[in-house]
Amino acid sequence: MNSPHLAAPRFNWQGVWALYRFEMHRFRRTLWTGLAVPVITTSLYFIVFGSAIGSRMTEVSGIPYGSFIVPGLMMLSLFQESTFNGAFGIHMPRFTGTIYELLSAPMSAFETVLGYVGAAATKAMLVAAIILVTANLFVDVQVEHPVIMLAYLVLVACTFSLFGFVLGIWAKGFEQLQVIPLLIVTPLTFLGGAFYSLDMLPEPWRTVTLFNPIAYLINGFRWTFFGQADVSPLASLAVTAAFFAICLGTVWWIFRTGYRLKN
Amino acid sequence: MQPIISIRGLEKTYASGHQALKGVDLDINRGEIFALLGPNGAGKTTLIGAICGLVTATAGTVTVDGHDNVRAYREARSRIGLVPQELNTDAFEPVGATVRFSRGLFGRSPDPALIEQLLRDLSLWDKRDAIIKELSGGMKRRVMIAKALSHEPEILFLDEPTAGVDVELRRDMWNMVRKLRERGVTIILTTHYIEEAEEMADRIGVIDGGKLMLVEEKHALMKKLGRKELTVQLAEPLAAIPPELADWKLELIADGRELRYVFDRHAERTGVPSLLARMRDLGINFSDLNTHQSSLEEIFVGLVHGKRAA
Ligand SMILES: Nc1ncnc2c1ncn2[C@@H]1O[C@H](COP(=O)(O)OP(=O)(O)OP(=O)(O)O)[C@@H](O)[C@H]1O
Ligand SMILES: [Mg+2]
Repeated sequence: MNSPHLAAPRFNWQGVWALYRFEMHRFRRTLWTGLAVPVITTSLYFIVFGSAIGSRMTEVSGIPYGSFIVPGLMMLSLFQESTFNGAFGIHMPRFTGTIYELLSAPMSAFETVLGYVGAAATKAMLVAAIILVTANLFVDVQVEHPVIMLAYLVLVACTFSLFGFVLGIWAKGFEQLQVIPLLIVTPLTFLGGAFYSLDMLPEPWRTVTLFNPIAYLINGFRWTFFGQADVSPLASLAVTAAFFAICLGTVWWIFRTGYRLKN
Repeated sequence: MQPIISIRGLEKTYASGHQALKGVDLDINRGEIFALLGPNGAGKTTLIGAICGLVTATAGTVTVDGHDNVRAYREARSRIGLVPQELNTDAFEPVGATVRFSRGLFGRSPDPALIEQLLRDLSLWDKRDAIIKELSGGMKRRVMIAKALSHEPEILFLDEPTAGVDVELRRDMWNMVRKLRERGVTIILTTHYIEEAEEMADRIGVIDGGKLMLVEEKHALMKKLGRKELTVQLAEPLAAIPPELADWKLELIADGRELRYVFDRHAERTGVPSLLARMRDLGINFSDLNTHQSSLEEIFVGLVHGKRAA
């Protein structure tokens, strides 16, 4: 303390790492439920959808039904996990008041988001990986484009973690944190063809579904598995990138104005 | 010497429309202990928040060691440690981990020896693996101090550090503050306990209604505003103050057994010798005399009420 002060770092990697570790540590405290939940739900989906429905409907677009639902299952959990972890991570310090420390620290907006979103996306991708492994116990899943699949997983996880981050700042309480994922994201996922092909829908529902952005995300991910989907992979990528850009822009605006962060 | 913090024309109007700071100008000297005094709602926490980055100022500038706290926020903030007024802590984190986290957040590389020393100094070493929510309120406050000091700040803000703290912890805290000052740390604290400011501070600022009413070196303040009170215990009670003593504006108290006279001890003529002489002439005998110097608290109350009334 008597030493002359060191110049502040140009990029606060220590700070990003501290936030990231803090968040990962929080996940570790609930590690067993965090692992058990995806394993159990995945198994249940296979028992219900795979056996009950799959026995009547053996193939969708030439793919065995059990395998067909794996990407949708992964996306469903990825959306839920990223949104919830991103939201909870920033909402908690606002709720307890510990946000004072973050606001008084030499952290830029980018560094703060990197720490929170990085951790939320990491956890969500771990859950997605667990689902893939569990699914392999029931059905045979081949990934046609593994590198693109991984890259897409990262992009979607980051997008929804950012979306969660915005939600965590916007929400005035814990109910609001739950409401958006439950009332918007999950229904759109089910309606977006997580467990069926859009081609199976009668008109006008097929056309209506094409206005559901989630349908593009699911189909994009499915394309990385099977090399085929209901919409073109480029359209999927465009929708994902647009959603990512919207979330990023909102986060940028939040930090620029201090919306619900500062007085 | 250049001040370590320089505040110019600082204003804050909250979204509610309430103006909490009305143009504050203040320089904090390097290495001093500065006490900010003011009644509830005076704007103390808002002022600290505007310096530390929790509150966006409506107008004005703050420079910390020459760095603008908005444009060069990294440089400014990395010099500051903040212990807020409220006990805001994580619930489930262990003590040691939360202090290491704070150091990282401020961009400093890990230093286990320094953290250990800090926890020992604050009597938290035994509790390093304890979960914060299991600690008592006083210990939580110590954890917050440890967090604020973990990155070796040059400036420490303590917003009402002794609110709800027992006598022992308060003494420990002041010992720590003195030690930090010896190491060259600048300390800005707010308090409602005026004796604390009186005991600890080098300089005192009084804030009320978002305006700094005065900033004064403590001794100068005590001298300048230090009124003295003379109490005369009478041998025989008086029914009324004799008109011959009207010039002194005395007060008759304790059922006529005591006379009170308030004077300025730095005035050329205190009026004490002449009062005593006149009393002797009138044949009013007294059994005892004592004088009392007004405390900072009395000065402060007088100041705030006087200006408010004006
Ligand atoms: N977030 C806020 N929104 C609106 N008004 C606020 C907000 N925070 C504080 N105020 C108001 O600003 C004024 C100054 O508050 P501040 O907390 O700075 O006072 P203080 O001097 O720290 O008081 P205390 O001694 O009670 O801690 C008060 O009138 C308060 O009601
Ligand atoms: Mg306050």
